[in-house]
Amino acid sequence: MSAAAPQERQPKKILVLGATSGMAEACVRLWAARGDSLFLVARNAERLNAVAADAGVRGAAWVGTAATDLDDTAAHPALLAHAADSMGGIDIAFLAFGVLGAAEDHSFAAAAPVLHTNLVAAASAVLWLADYFTQRHTGTLAVLSSVAGDRGRKSNYIYGASKAGLSTLVDGLRNRIDREGVRVMTIKPGPVRTAMTESMKGSARFADVEKVAAAMVAAIDKGTDVVYVPGMWRVIMAVVRAIPERLFKRLNL
Amino acid sequence: MPSPVEPNSAGTGTPEFESWGRYPEYNAALKPLHWEGDFPGVLAGVAGEALAVGMGRSYGDVCLLDGGTLLPTTAMNRLLGFDAATGLLTAEAGITLAQILDFAVPRGWFLPVSPGTKYVTLGGAIANDIHGKNHHVAGTFGCHVPALELVRSDGSRRICSATENPELYAATIGGLGLTGVITWAQLRLKPIVSRGIDYEGIQFHGIDEFLDLTSKAQHLEYTVSWVDVTSTGKNFCRGIFMQGEHSQTPAPLTVSGKPKLVFPFDAPGFALNRASVSAFNTLFFHKQMKPRVTALQDYEPYFYPLDAVLHWNRMYGRRGLLQFQYVIPWEHAREGTVAVLQEVAKSGLASFLAVLKAFGDQPSPGMMSFPKPGISLALDFPIKPEKSFALFDRLAAMTLEFGGRLYPAKDARMTAAQFQAFYPQWQQFAQYKDPALNSSFWQRVTGERA
Repeated sequence: MSAAAPQERQPKKILVLGATSGMAEACVRLWAARGDSLFLVARNAERLNAVAADAGVRGAAWVGTAATDLDDTAAHPALLAHAADSMGGIDIAFLAFGVLGAAEDHSFAAAAPVLHTNLVAAASAVLWLADYFTQRHTGTLAVLSSVAGDRGRKSNYIYGASKAGLSTLVDGLRNRIDREGVRVMTIKPGPVRTAMTESMKGSARFADVEKVAAAMVAAIDKGTDVVYVPGMWRVIMAVVRAIPERLFKRLNL
Repeated sequence: MPSPVEPNSAGTGTPEFESWGRYPEYNAALKPLHWEGDFPGVLAGVAGEALAVGMGRSYGDVCLLDGGTLLPTTAMNRLLGFDAATGLLTAEAGITLAQILDFAVPRGWFLPVSPGTKYVTLGGAIANDIHGKNHHVAGTFGCHVPALELVRSDGSRRICSATENPELYAATIGGLGLTGVITWAQLRLKPIVSRGIDYEGIQFHGIDEFLDLTSKAQHLEYTVSWVDVTSTGKNFCRGIFMQGEHSQTPAPLTVSGKPKLVFPFDAPGFALNRASVSAFNTLFFHKQMKPRVTALQDYEPYFYPLDAVLHWNRMYGRRGLLQFQYVIPWEHAREGTVAVLQEVAKSGLASFLAVLKAFGDQPSPGMMSFPKPGISLALDFPIKPEKSFALFDRLAAMTLEFGGRLYPAKDARMTAAQFQAFYPQWQQFAQYKDPALNSSFWQRVTGERA
């Protein structure tokens, strides 16, 4: 265990919502190896236990779990308070739950659960955590959004709309509470190779999740406002946003 | 016979999952496993048979299933438990040995058996019951796997060990992934105090000098020899005997860096020819100027010299390479090895890397394990169907004649009759095969498919 002990860095207490997502799990491994304490939340208990066991072996100072469906927003206050109590506080909250939805299904029935999970349920957790951190005038709230929210495209605009809403919510929240001493981060990954994206066309060329996680963990240490990972997506999305709609509507993106 | 390969989604005409030798090429659907609970549910609605695969480092068709479904396991790479007092590690089967080393080395632990590449999975190491330079003292990889979990296609989960489901345990070690999907396994690591290996390289001329060095090095942990198979006459069977032991002088146990070199493209077919390979072999022999050289060497270049260049198999071009590895028991080991080396020299085909190793007598728990006491020789050749296939077929027949056997993980050519003679216990093993799992290798060597 000695090798995993953090060097000149206070161990953090980190809450991870959606801990079994590929990106969250890759971050959890890095935090665990640094000796941080982790409270992990995900729906599937068996998967959650595997991620928690891995974190424990890698050197996490403490690992707690709650297997629960975060779509149930009524349960959020009790769950989040329990997480804070069990760790003796939260230094960093990483919100990483979300669903991709079926791109080829254009019905409202298919859109509603995506909007609920990615935007409504995320907003519920974000707003609770914003209050928690604001009262203490400290903390980092890191929210996983997506480059898909930067512009509506025909291939995934429902998912994109949920992430656009989430990005705007988080950006606005930062504008409100950054001055209270709370770091609020909008993290926008480009396509990353994980279980969520493996059935997508061209997924073999997506970014490597370990590299993306290392970049996210480094950004969270710094508290950067808006993070694109890999960094080239900041440029790519600036170009995509600059295309006139007259032209954009005819592209196959 | 192989079905023609259809263009894949990238439109390149190569299958999405290849074995390391890139021969044969088969199409298969890919359904990655991410969690222990994924199998067999992942097969719902999938027709035909399946096979769990890892890093695709086996050379031939043990990791392929023509027209079936491959289940890549590398996303199942979690550490589930570690006892820092005993070094007993429990991990999901898709973890690579490289990932295990990254975790273990800084904590003062090392793999009990290291193959020639660290880019293989724990599950693959068990399924092929791999061996290393310490076979003569440590046995195979499976000797250090006290327990594992196997999930069968009927959904049952079985813990397998020497005492629990012992027959299934024996069938699974060296069982080529056919007995079920290994979800996790335990591995007994061994303590180290340094990354360093006390290395000694000794030139030898001829098989008798090799045998002499082998018997003198019985007590040393690691021994392996590179042998020049292109030279004849007075240089016939010259080589370098490479022995080593973990350094006992404490030194910092840092994590290895990531490889920076990638072989960038498929080399043209003529790049490896007799002249270039002979030149390489001569250079390799004389790189060591003195008859005897000692050095403190880092474990990475000592165990995994080729891992420094990712995709080095591209050196062999699109057509790929064939490996050939036999073990011939001591009774015929000397005459068999000389005869095979003469046959190779006579063929005019040049092997880039030829490795000689004496196996020890520690038995593997595995029913179908390859190593047995004797001499093992591994060769690799670029694929030239007319010439290399004919040579391989002659070498396989000679191996049988000398009472030896071939290594399935490195084979793409042995016949059903040869396999069944090499592994007469195959029918007993077949009782433990999961009906939903298969491999192109198994279809070939059981005669299920010509």
